[in-house]
Amino acid sequence: MILPALTLTLRLAVVVSALLLVIGLPLAYWLAFSRWRWKFLCEAIVSLPIVLPPTVLGFYVLVAIGPLSPFGRWYQALTGHGLAFTFEGLVVGSVLYSLPFAVQPMAASFAALDRKLLDASALLGASRWRTFWRIVLPLGLPGVLTGIVLSFAHTLGEFGVVLMIGGNIPGATQTVSILIYDQVQALDYVTANRTALLLLSFCFVLLAILYGLRRRSAWGLWDWK
Amino acid sequence: MRRVLVSVMVLLFLAHLALAQELTVAAAADLNYALKELAAQYQKKTGTAVTLSFGSSGNLFSQIQNGAPYDLFFSADEDYPKRLAAAGLVEGGLPRTYAVGHLVLWVRNGVSVGRSHQVVDILLQPSIKRIAIANPQTAPYGRAAMSALEHLGLKDKLASKLVFGENVSQAAQFAQSGNAQAGLIPLSLALAPSMKDAGSYWELPADSYPELRQGVVIISASKHKKAAQAFLDYVTSAEGSAVLRQYGFRVPDGR
Repeated sequence: MILPALTLTLRLAVVVSALLLVIGLPLAYWLAFSRWRWKFLCEAIVSLPIVLPPTVLGFYVLVAIGPLSPFGRWYQALTGHGLAFTFEGLVVGSVLYSLPFAVQPMAASFAALDRKLLDASALLGASRWRTFWRIVLPLGLPGVLTGIVLSFAHTLGEFGVVLMIGGNIPGATQTVSILIYDQVQALDYVTANRTALLLLSFCFVLLAILYGLRRRSAWGLWDWK
Repeated sequence: MRRVLVSVMVLLFLAHLALAQELTVAAAADLNYALKELAAQYQKKTGTAVTLSFGSSGNLFSQIQNGAPYDLFFSADEDYPKRLAAAGLVEGGLPRTYAVGHLVLWVRNGVSVGRSHQVVDILLQPSIKRIAIANPQTAPYGRAAMSALEHLGLKDKLASKLVFGENVSQAAQFAQSGNAQAGLIPLSLALAPSMKDAGSYWELPADSYPELRQGVVIISASKHKKAAQAFLDYVTSAEGSAVLRQYGFRVPDGR
């Protein structure tokens, strides 16, 4: 029981943090450099999942991906099945839920760059695209890495959204956090303890490696705050 | 500052007095609408406020085992109350049976159910891709649903279509929101206002699952045992039974 849940959780976390890298980079770049006067509204929207309880997000995602919404109907017509109770559904929910954890550190590290370097790059004739790959991304790498790690970790520990849109199907949507909840509810404390301990050690090792790396290479992880 | 402190303390004391008039009840999720109605009527009649906490019976059972401060526990079966009695956590010996529940197949409007109105035929319709039930590990209605599927010879055929709600309310919500095309849920929830107009239901054959006799117990750690007994008497009275019947429960012993 534990192994399928663990691999599923890891797969979810990998897919979600990869997607958030793709979505997060341009979004963070835009948030860091745009001069649009209503930008603060977008910043507020991106940060919403930090303050909102997962039940709000779970509820809206469930309605939005269900057959009562145009998007849900479109997806159903396209694939022949609904999005709720599937791995893809969990990915959609988790991407939304972990979005600020990826975008905020990235945007903060981009915004902290020395603008003179960007101006110099432009003066020397580099396109924005080239400046991004040669200047912004390498210098903002600590923030980008922090964003990926945080969204990965946040997805590992996700519970509320998965409970509301997952349907608790072993092997398909039953993540480790849901499995532990199930085992506790079933009063199977021995197995619950084993599963919880496994997740706890895994997360500890993950964080220990990160902090260790940070010390060595002065990556400046967490420094974005 | 001092006056603020004093008034806060007086308020807290008053709040404490007010709470003393209150009953805290743990109830299986199939009672969601029926017991809310009963509690409202009871409060109107006697002035005693009844605070309701709903969940799966197994979930509430483990909470009570770990010392949750409930006065009464309305389970969706007799097994959990009996286990609490065996652990010496409830007043008196055996649980009192207050209702017998029924399991129904609920299908949302707009989902094709075919011509036949047999439960087996409907469940096998290709339009039904997901069937929501409550988690059989903790919900008696989830267990009843599993044994009904087994009895009807559908367990293996439909296993890949099942999705599990944390309790019957969530299973009903999965079906009501259209994310699952069908649900095996309590009749009491199918008769709830928000479900009644959104879909249709078919009763499962009574011999396809063990009778859902629902038991209630007073928790021995309760500080309001008399009030708890009074509310229990009200629920099992002719007046209370009428409400339970209205939500599709059968009331045992011809009360």
